Amino acid sequence: MEKKQKRLVVRTIILIVLAMAIGYTVYGTATQKKVELIAVGSEAPDFTLVDLNGEKHKLSDYKGQGVFLNFWGTWCPPCEKEMPAMNRQYQVFKDQGVQTLAVNIAQTDLEVQDFVDRYKLTFPVVIDKTKSVMTAYNVDNLPATVLIDPDGKVVKIITGEMTEGNIASFMELVKPQ
Amino acid sequence: MENIICACGHSNPYGTKLCEKCGRPLTEEEKQNKVADMRYDGSAIRSKTYNKTIIDKIWNFFSSVKVGIALIIITLVTASVGTILPQEIYVNAPETGKAAYYEQVYGWFGKLYNALGLSNLYSTWWFQILVGMLAVSIIVASLDRGIPLHKSLKNQRIKRHASFMKRQRIVAEGRVADAEETLNKVEEKMKALHYNVRRDGNALLAERGRFARYGPYINHVGLIIFLAGVMLRLLPGFYVDETLWIREGETRAIPGMEGYFIKNNDFILEVHDNKPQGEQVKQGVNVVAKNFQTDVTLYKQPDGALPGDLDNLEKIKDYSIRVNHPLKENGFALYQMNYRLNELKEMRFELVDKATETPLGEVAIDLTNPKKEYDLGNGSSVKILVYTPDFDGFENGEPRTKTSVPNNPAFLFKMTTPSTPEGEVSFVEIMKPPLEPLGENQYRMKFAGAETRDTANFTIRKDRTIPILFVGGMIFMLGVVIGSYWNHRRLWLQVGPNGQVLMAAFVNKNMFSMKKDLDAVTTFAHLPAYIDQLEQAEDNEKEGDHTL
Repeated sequence: MEKKQKRLVVRTIILIVLAMAIGYTVYGTATQKKVELIAVGSEAPDFTLVDLNGEKHKLSDYKGQGVFLNFWGTWCPPCEKEMPAMNRQYQVFKDQGVQTLAVNIAQTDLEVQDFVDRYKLTFPVVIDKTKSVMTAYNVDNLPATVLIDPDGKVVKIITGEMTEGNIASFMELVKPQ
Repeated sequence: MENIICACGHSNPYGTKLCEKCGRPLTEEEKQNKVADMRYDGSAIRSKTYNKTIIDKIWNFFSSVKVGIALIIITLVTASVGTILPQEIYVNAPETGKAAYYEQVYGWFGKLYNALGLSNLYSTWWFQILVGMLAVSIIVASLDRGIPLHKSLKNQRIKRHASFMKRQRIVAEGRVADAEETLNKVEEKMKALHYNVRRDGNALLAERGRFARYGPYINHVGLIIFLAGVMLRLLPGFYVDETLWIREGETRAIPGMEGYFIKNNDFILEVHDNKPQGEQVKQGVNVVAKNFQTDVTLYKQPDGALPGDLDNLEKIKDYSIRVNHPLKENGFALYQMNYRLNELKEMRFELVDKATETPLGEVAIDLTNPKKEYDLGNGSSVKILVYTPDFDGFENGEPRTKTSVPNNPAFLFKMTTPSTPEGEVSFVEIMKPPLEPLGENQYRMKFAGAETRDTANFTIRKDRTIPILFVGGMIFMLGVVIGSYWNHRRLWLQVGPNGQVLMAAFVNKNMFSMKKDLDAVTTFAHLPAYIDQLEQAEDNEKEGDHTL
């Protein structure tokens, strides 16, 4: 009966492999369509961008601090709405080890500077001129916020507008212990 | 499930129809048949052997040819339903308006079609599971039949029992004078006809084109490779299909192509300058395009550089992307797909005295990088307080922009001249009289011209699966050709001690070719005339019985 045992094992393996292939295909197609940012739990892609003062900001330089990474544009009303709240919470959390970084999507310096002046933004605002960071983070709709913990891991991804309460709790989430 | 012991003493697996060794019929049904069922050469289909665990039950389900055919029909029908209306990805409507599009254009049927998910049929989970089940069916059914068939063909005996030979379609019985001479002559003739001849005492087996029996299995292997190739597209790195809009003068990261940047140097649209004629006039076409071309420069970041780091970009090449002439690099191809002409790039204004139209100088504002302040030299200057590329009205007194694209640029200017050192504020929008929010001005910004630029649209594509699809397709075709144009012919001959001859022949298709060979060998070796048992039974029997 050894032969039958072997046959059963072979059949089981073949069917499992095929079932996994089908399962992967269905899963892959289902997740492919969704506009998903980088995965929660994975390493946040490192990048370097220049802010309005010509200063370089490299994500990995903020290791050890939580990072509140916000993608925005002046044409996006919810982005504009959440900016003053972000500004206030930045002031609260910056001394507790949470950095805020706002990435503008390829707008002109004049517009961004004007916006920063109007809202008196105190956190660094960088401009992604070639949209390469936007591509790396797979950002499709604005605003998009990525929470990065002190180890450089993505903790949470938020698409859409946040309230001030949200922002505070999110910053709390990535605060170093 | 017991093995079946044949009269010759050989032990056959359960489900065997003809003894593997001597060819005697083993089942009652088979004994009733006048002509043996030679499908899979009488070997046991593996699924029929036993039916115990759940795994075996699943296996047997997929092993069934009936199930396989049902799956093929269901797949064909559903796949064709997906072609009734265009699929969602081919519909020219914004992502959010697609549902409405189906209803608008195709009425209630379109609405239903979209609601049932048929507008996205090929990526639905159930369609993919259906195709997956078909693949399982192909694999399982082929293993179940192909392996026993292969074993049975490989271990063929030369000597078969008379009951096996007499139940072949072609049979001949009679007597010859000299047994040895007959065997020798048959061997000689069959060898001349390119048969493989083997002898065992007074028995002879001549065989030709055995590989034709493997055609369907080769075909299935090709099909499975093809399906696997399509599946591989989902794995990262195998398949990229992205689009990019890029304006003249811009440098952009190429989506899907990590570390690469592209600069649009110039977009060129050329048209034929002929007088409209013939079909052109009939269809009301004024101009006919001759060339769509984008001159680009491809850059690459140094290895290990981070996204956003534009220092030390390495120039790879300059290229003119034209229709059907994609830019190829590292397995990727960039195709010229679309374009938009004449987007504002630069706007020029003249600072003039409203009353006298006396100009005080001109400013040229680069909309991709407007400056905060423009000095006109003669003590006059213009400051941009606010710039909105796509002005969309005011909100709380602030001008708002709808997009980041300069479709409708508007400026809040502060004009300072020697006679108005305090400065005057003016809001300027294209084609509209300037607004003067802080009171009547002495000066105004007069529109003096504009520069435009074009936008090119590329598709970025990489498909590593094409060689796999190609190989799969070729193997598939090879299987079809082998199975269709070759046939497996066999001739068994036994001569008894008294010169009694028993001959039988088999062919899996194309009986005509077999009969031609038989006629030749019969004449050559003076064999008794053969009879076709099927033709006897049924006069109108069709040619060939498509035995796998």
